[in-house]
Amino acid sequence: MGRRLLVVGMCVAGLALLVAYGSPDGRGRLGRLGVLGAVHAQAIGYEQADIEYGAAVYRAQCVACHGDRGDGVPGVDLPSGQFRNAVTDRDLRRVISNGIPGTGMTPVELDAAETVGIVAYLRNMNTDAESVVLGDVGRGLAVFEGKGECLTCHRVDGRGPRVAPELSAIGASRAPSVLRRALLDPSSVMRPINRPVEVVTTDGERVGGRRLNEDTYTVQLIDENERLRSFDKADLAEYTILTDSPMPSYEGQLDTQELADVLAYLVSLKG
Amino acid sequence: MTTTMAPGTYRRPVRLTLIAVALLCAGLHAQVSDERLREAAQEPENWLTYSGTYSSNRYSELDQMAPSNIANLEQRWVYQTERIGPWQATPLVVDGVMYVTQRPNDVVALDARTGRVFWIYRYPTPPDQRACCGSNNRGVAILGDTLFLATLDAHLVAIDATTGGELWNTKVADKDAAYALTLAPLAVKDKVIVGTSGGDYGIRGFIAAFDASTGEEAWRFYTIPGPGEPGHETWESCPETPTTFCDPDAWQHGGGAVWLTGSYDPTLNLTYWGVGNPGPDFNAAQRPGDNLYSDSVVALDADTGELKWYFQFTPDDPYDYDSVQIPVLVDVVRNGVPFKVMLWGNRNGFFYVLDRETGRFLSGRPFVELNWAEGLDDTGHPIETPQPPGAPTFPGVQGGTNWYSPSYSPRTELFYVTAWENYGSVFDDAPQEYREGRSFVGGAPTSFAPAPGAPTVPGLSRGPLNTWTEAAGHGAVIAVDALTGEQRWKFEMTDVSSSGLLTTASDLLFSGSREGYFQALDARTGELLWKASLGGQIINGPITYEVAGTQYVATIAGHSLVAFALRD
Repeated sequence: MGRRLLVVGMCVAGLALLVAYGSPDGRGRLGRLGVLGAVHAQAIGYEQADIEYGAAVYRAQCVACHGDRGDGVPGVDLPSGQFRNAVTDRDLRRVISNGIPGTGMTPVELDAAETVGIVAYLRNMNTDAESVVLGDVGRGLAVFEGKGECLTCHRVDGRGPRVAPELSAIGASRAPSVLRRALLDPSSVMRPINRPVEVVTTDGERVGGRRLNEDTYTVQLIDENERLRSFDKADLAEYTILTDSPMPSYEGQLDTQELADVLAYLVSLKG
Repeated sequence: MTTTMAPGTYRRPVRLTLIAVALLCAGLHAQVSDERLREAAQEPENWLTYSGTYSSNRYSELDQMAPSNIANLEQRWVYQTERIGPWQATPLVVDGVMYVTQRPNDVVALDARTGRVFWIYRYPTPPDQRACCGSNNRGVAILGDTLFLATLDAHLVAIDATTGGELWNTKVADKDAAYALTLAPLAVKDKVIVGTSGGDYGIRGFIAAFDASTGEEAWRFYTIPGPGEPGHETWESCPETPTTFCDPDAWQHGGGAVWLTGSYDPTLNLTYWGVGNPGPDFNAAQRPGDNLYSDSVVALDADTGELKWYFQFTPDDPYDYDSVQIPVLVDVVRNGVPFKVMLWGNRNGFFYVLDRETGRFLSGRPFVELNWAEGLDDTGHPIETPQPPGAPTFPGVQGGTNWYSPSYSPRTELFYVTAWENYGSVFDDAPQEYREGRSFVGGAPTSFAPAPGAPTVPGLSRGPLNTWTEAAGHGAVIAVDALTGEQRWKFEMTDVSSSGLLTTASDLLFSGSREGYFQALDARTGELLWKASLGGQIINGPITYEVAGTQYVATIAGHSLVAFALRD
């Protein structure tokens, strides 16, 4: 893609996202906007230089507690863009400079440039350097529900089964490049907690499902009949964790445009 | 003639005498002399120091609970703190009274039999304190009838153990430079010794002793030696034409925090402290040299603070392998030969045996899989094998173990350590200039995960869901021979663990888990004997004590302090 097309694409994406985020609840979906053309996933409303500078500030000042992926503090998922104590950028600046009393979030003294950078980075942690082409959200929805048959396993906004992971907020939790890999090589990006498991109880019952949680003595899963099941490992004759995803690859099944369209739709799913 | 005293006449003196005796006894019990601290192992009904005794074995002679009856263990009481957040404290128990610290910097006195509260001392923690990693405080020390609390704004406070009233408050260091105190102090003779946190903020670490009566500073030992002091030469000069950022004043903000309580050998009058990482954590290039005394154990004269010996575990560390673990002091006789040793399960993944009189390296071997070094030479110096850029290093940044207190049983002659196995990080360095009071880490490690974007193993705490799973590493209690380091058994857990350990004279080993299980193992075999699900992560060290003939074992899970005893 030429530089000119890239710039045009960025502008289109930025406009679309601005419209989406300008919706009354701030949670508008690109899928309802029907953006035309293929574009790059790109930060919105923030300068790339600020984002990169903010990443450096984050690595120096924040990583010790929040971790390199922003998920080091329980219940705090910075890449999701949803914060417990901040909605606006002003809120973010306040939390950073004042800390949150009674928690591990101590005040962080940053200069003006660093503050601009860190907020820009926090707003864009879920994007990454890998170039990803996004297509049309509306067409992506059609492929998702039609040719892709994604609703055969996945659930979005109350539609579809519960066997595979719910995708209603997948665009907030996974970077576009990871979503793209999930479409082409699902096993390579399957989160370990989502791994399929098979158990055989000492009574001979055989149950397959998707893992939801596990500890030393028990495992929780959703079985193939969409039932929540919990097993004591002491009661299992066999317990197998599989590392191959049951999801088929769409490599060669969808053309480039269809992949870009589905990807645009997935990125738009923010919960 | 017989004189009959009126009823009550003769009783009054007797009663007064009894009261006087009772008060005297009560007074004596309230006084925790330095002799009692030296002989703490002889009164297992109490838990008088952070690690139980000066030798930090976390071993108790109590044996009412045993493998044969542990199935009858039941919960006796729960105390819930008002503040949320990871709770790493180890309580003290003194003659039926328990003293525990809670967030942000409170001290609570409870009835150790019922969990009911006598008083709470609330330290006014300044909102602008900058303690790394949250409002952690790991406990108090006691001497006489005074408790000693180290604070997040780097003060040392003396508190009346009976009333909870403040006796004195001494500033130890400057909170604005990100100094903080999170450890339980160590009381030795007439002094109280503390070390400083802030190793990820570019402090220059130190250990200091204070007069227990007045709070006046008695001595100070800088863990980063200054110009003219031995060891300063290990903060080497920068090349004339450095190819990357090099800080000519690196030693001034060289880290070396001390955030866990040291140990003490009264016969040698030496106190031992683990020293933390050099600063910045990950960019070794900007601080050339071995960077003493970072990642070392230092042996200091308890009266003067004079350095007697040191041993450095990880020279010029780029992995944040703090050597802030508990020095475990052990006397062992093997084949008729007495050994007076120090055992050390290090964050870098090696188990070390040192001669604690001289610091001489006796033996060492890995207790977890590691690849940052291929072994140790005859002096204990690591033979390093740095991994290529982008490749994972084992153990990862949280280490093969960390602050989790180990245990040693003289009955089994085994050293027990909480370990993280199959856990790695991809390390990345970056130049960073020091700015006072700010995080100073020089890069960032990336968790080694099987899928891009997979959740990170939480460094400090976790919620009820394990989303990182065994794929990112798992926890274990590992038992090794005290002199050879040879593994005898291993108890694996699905999630990593940050729990301290406790062993008893009945060969029980108590351990917790981040998963919220409190569990008793057979100290000889590692067999699971009992467990209870407490619902919150256990990241402190369990203790045991006795009140009115009943043995208790207590731990902290989540926001609850829970005590167990055998069913009547």
